Amino acid sequence: MLDKNGIAKRIAKEIKDGYYVNLGIGIPTLVANYIPSGINVVLQSENGLLGMGPFPFEGEEDADLINAGKQTITTLPGSSIFDSALSFGMIRSQKIDLTILGAMEVSENGDIANWKIPGKMVKGMGGAMDLVASAKNIIVAMQHVNKAGESKLLPKCTLPLTGVHCIKKIVTELAVLDVLPEGGFQLIERAPGVSVDYIRNATSGRLLADDNTPEMHID
Amino acid sequence: MINKVVSGAIEAIRDIEDGDTLMLGGFGLCGIPENCITALVKKNVKDLTCISNNAGVDDFGIGLMLQQRQVKKMISSYVGENAEFERQLLSGELEVELIPQGTLATRCMAAGYGMPAIFTPAGVGTEVAEGKEVRNFNGKDYLMEYAFEADFAIVKAWKGDTAGNLIYRSTSRNFNPVMAMAGKVTIAEVEILVEAGELDPDQVHTPGVFVHRIFQGADYEKRIEQRTVRTKN
Repeated sequence: MLDKNGIAKRIAKEIKDGYYVNLGIGIPTLVANYIPSGINVVLQSENGLLGMGPFPFEGEEDADLINAGKQTITTLPGSSIFDSALSFGMIRSQKIDLTILGAMEVSENGDIANWKIPGKMVKGMGGAMDLVASAKNIIVAMQHVNKAGESKLLPKCTLPLTGVHCIKKIVTELAVLDVLPEGGFQLIERAPGVSVDYIRNATSGRLLADDNTPEMHID
Repeated sequence: MINKVVSGAIEAIRDIEDGDTLMLGGFGLCGIPENCITALVKKNVKDLTCISNNAGVDDFGIGLMLQQRQVKKMISSYVGENAEFERQLLSGELEVELIPQGTLATRCMAAGYGMPAIFTPAGVGTEVAEGKEVRNFNGKDYLMEYAFEADFAIVKAWKGDTAGNLIYRSTSRNFNPVMAMAGKVTIAEVEILVEAGELDPDQVHTPGVFVHRIFQGADYEKRIEQRTVRTKN
């Protein structure tokens, strides 16, 4: 079973040389720490920055330079800055190769819910609806089951939706799964030490799983 | 050159009245018009509709206006950092319209570009789409979203000149350029105000034609919401 950093490490293996990538808040942010060395990747922050660098050294923070999580960050050689409308222009026109974001629920037809829980204070969707509606490739980082042990990979989402038919791949603490174009979760890899049966029991949406599904390799 | 300079925030916001719709630039606390917010708090205008990506924090930014219950309605994409906001929302004193961030930015942009509406895929199939026209282009559904109408747009730039030309610094640019273009009246506060001719025309982000009033701001706090650093080995 993977911890949060394990999920981030596994997702990082999906990032290819030359990709422009948008990382959401939470586990997706950790992915930046595990981008394979030797490849060139540009991180986008949707408030208006391409080429997001690491956090600044103490004392070098700049209040005018933050990411979409409002954290102080730095630029890198080749970075560019632009307004928020232009930023979502490059998202809508699919210049961003990969979006990685968290989810509360994903359904077997690729719907995602990640912004609102009825009865709880609603904070807003931020840029999530724009990203999921436009991105050509979306990977979701999420917990397979909730604290009560109930599956979050469902036949149909129960929470208000963020977007429909948009999720292609999911990485959880238990598995890597593809969402098939015709519907259903295809098991691709098992987390170390997790059996196919365990994943079956943790998935309430339609799961296609080969008994010989390989175990994933992460360092 | 037409001179757009006013003496300060008080003069700049002099004719903002109860019930007006304001656009306020900034993302989180980054690039917010601190001086104008202070002046609006002092003036205590009420029943405002505020279009702003976020709603500040309890004791800074738009949070200061919320404390005085000056805001009737917030139109934002994310409002999570403010306890007083939550209280007013749950008690029904405050109305909130949450809209996707890209839609928010582009509805500002449309207003500034003189276009009445945009089509965006953001929110298709969700509650954001309720009551909205859906149009299919090339096999994909899009929502029709209207350009915003705002009585005043209030923006913060790094540098400006007496003709109203603006240059923003780093990611404090965010919503400021698109809002600057969208107000019926646009007010710009700047950290550094220079004479017309001192800015390189090639470097201007917002041409002065969009700016009606400009002033040199003072005492910028530039509060950092999430101070994150790394240590040198």
